[in-house]
Amino acid sequence: MTNKKSLVKDSWSNLRQYTSARIALGRAGGSLKTDDWLDFKLAHARARDAVHGEFDAEALAKELSSIDLPALLVSSRIKDRAEFLKRPDLGRRLDTVSKRLLSESSDTTSDLVIVVSDGLSASAVHAHVADVLSKLMPKLLEASWSLLPLVIARYGRVAIQDEIGALLAAKTALILIGERPGLSATDSLGAYLVHDPNMANTDANRNCVSNIRPAGLNYQKAADTLFYLLSEIKRRQISGVEVKDARVLMDCFIKE
Amino acid sequence: MVTVTRYTYSIAGRSYRFKGLADVMAKASSLKSGDCLAGIAADNDEQRVAAQMLLANIPLKRFIEEPLISPEHDAVTRLLLDEQDAESFKKIENDTVGDFRNRLLSYSSNTDELSALASGLLPEMVAAVSKVMRNQDLILVASKCQVVSKFRNTIGLPGRLSIRLQPNHPTDDAKGIGASILDGLMYGCGDAVIGINPATDSVDGVHRLLSSIDELIQRFEIPTQSCVLAHISTQLKAMERGAPVDIVFQSIAGTEAANKSFGTDLNQLAEAQQAALSLNRGTVGQNVMYFETGQGSCLSAQAHHGVDQQTLEARAYGVAKKFDPLLLNSVVGFIGPEYLYDGKQIIRAGLEDHFCGKLLGLPMGCDVCYTNHADADQDDMDNLLTLLGVAGCHFFMGVPGADDIMLNYQSTSFHDAHYLRQVLNKKPAPEFEAWLQRMNIIDENNLLLPVNEGHPLLMAQ
Repeated sequence: MTNKKSLVKDSWSNLRQYTSARIALGRAGGSLKTDDWLDFKLAHARARDAVHGEFDAEALAKELSSIDLPALLVSSRIKDRAEFLKRPDLGRRLDTVSKRLLSESSDTTSDLVIVVSDGLSASAVHAHVADVLSKLMPKLLEASWSLLPLVIARYGRVAIQDEIGALLAAKTALILIGERPGLSATDSLGAYLVHDPNMANTDANRNCVSNIRPAGLNYQKAADTLFYLLSEIKRRQISGVEVKDARVLMDCFIKE
Repeated sequence: MVTVTRYTYSIAGRSYRFKGLADVMAKASSLKSGDCLAGIAADNDEQRVAAQMLLANIPLKRFIEEPLISPEHDAVTRLLLDEQDAESFKKIENDTVGDFRNRLLSYSSNTDELSALASGLLPEMVAAVSKVMRNQDLILVASKCQVVSKFRNTIGLPGRLSIRLQPNHPTDDAKGIGASILDGLMYGCGDAVIGINPATDSVDGVHRLLSSIDELIQRFEIPTQSCVLAHISTQLKAMERGAPVDIVFQSIAGTEAANKSFGTDLNQLAEAQQAALSLNRGTVGQNVMYFETGQGSCLSAQAHHGVDQQTLEARAYGVAKKFDPLLLNSVVGFIGPEYLYDGKQIIRAGLEDHFCGKLLGLPMGCDVCYTNHADADQDDMDNLLTLLGVAGCHFFMGVPGADDIMLNYQSTSFHDAHYLRQVLNKKPAPEFEAWLQRMNIIDENNLLLPVNEGHPLLMAQ
């Protein structure tokens, strides 16, 4: 790679200031240079590792014990990672044991259940959930929200909060879930909020806050946004497309 | 129960029964996670082959007699049956699916013969024959088909390969998009279309983006066309406001209900085509529509009627054909592993889609792509890109470094495009090739030339 004679530089590298797209890479012949090819491969390898990373629900529960909420560990109907990727329908449903456990914890007087699930990036959950909750919880307590136990769900998809919330009789459900890893970030956390969680809800009934991570939407901003949306949902008794974040306009992709 | 006895096949004393023609088709399909998700895939490999053997013996005309989705319930079925030309079908009306495969592979089925057949075929017949074909069959027959489409250049000629320049940006920033467009042009890409997926679907935003590309195209007299891939209703409104719309984009699918979930229908597609034609912006032709499709979209919209995803995809091509598109792009790996699980499934689906589209007479391209949760990588994309290049696919995507920073998936890059042109000795569309040479971007052998900072395109910034 020290022999630069076989490489052609692109003379428009100044245009990189306008976009994070991979432009002005130059070329070896017409192909990617060795360095650029291996950089790409590294980014993809990290994304793949994140998709297949292990979720340690017990360790997370221990880490989250500081926020003073009892934790319930549940699981979707998915048995392993390969099935998780193939059967999103089963990832939205709880297994029998989990259903029984949640039914026993039902409480109609509570406002909110917070659900945490690995989704497509367990590493995002391990890296960011504790920090986001440590910023969000004081706001909720100060505003006198009554909370159900924290639910930690293995192999969950976004809509699993509907079944969880319905069994617990929660008025609102918030799920923090690992987003599909990208080449630039493998540990983005997503948050989805729904009022009146039930199995008939669709994407249109949910609000989404995406790209939660220090280099994206940081912990403080994420907590502020979530608290604002939760307050609006509580005030208006509705969630979804009709509740918009009036302060920060965010285009949200459904990246479970 | 007539259907039970009609769709039964025995292998070595073991009898396989199928519920109907749609069930035979689904079970005969190559393994796809989406058909498993729908609960209609074969239970095992032997059952799959039994279904294929049974399918090979079914006459093509059965697909006219027994529509997989009832015309009473589906406007797409009605369109397909209306458009199917009995005269062109006559030559093959006594063929079974298996006979039809043999016919397609025969020396006498040359380009002219295959072109004459296209209007006589139902998409279901084409899907059926693809299910009894191996990959090399799909490649060989597709390579014999020729379809040409035109707007400001000519796409699909033998020995040519076009690229959609896809300069997406997460906030639709004009400078960011412009930077990616210049990058692509400098790598000889953009002859299929300069097509932006907007992050925000607004009339103003679409108008603004179209105007800025139009200015670039006019200023440098680039023989190509632009498109902003917003919803069709947004593009219609932009046209009403006088936006410079070259070609109109819409995602389409193979059932009325799935199209409805995309917020469109056949009437709206016809309206958009007429609106774009009335602008009369093409110079060498008037193919004004750009469609995107993908296996699994009907199931995703819960609008699949128990039909397998590959057959539904072929039906989407039947929809497209009605509107004489410039480009039809199967976005094969975008949908995710619950529909196409890995590289093997993505490659097979890409070859099936290209074959079905070409045989039906459509200007097929392919977004050779994958998401990070699919079990696929760049090597799989290289394989599919090369196979489709050999099969004569009209166009692919050109995304900077193959990394779409707005849609968050991996497609093919400007470098990949140049690789394929080198290895298969393919040139850009003729009008665009002449422009690239005039601009000193490529030499007479279609190799990239070094470009210095004083190049007129770079001075334009």
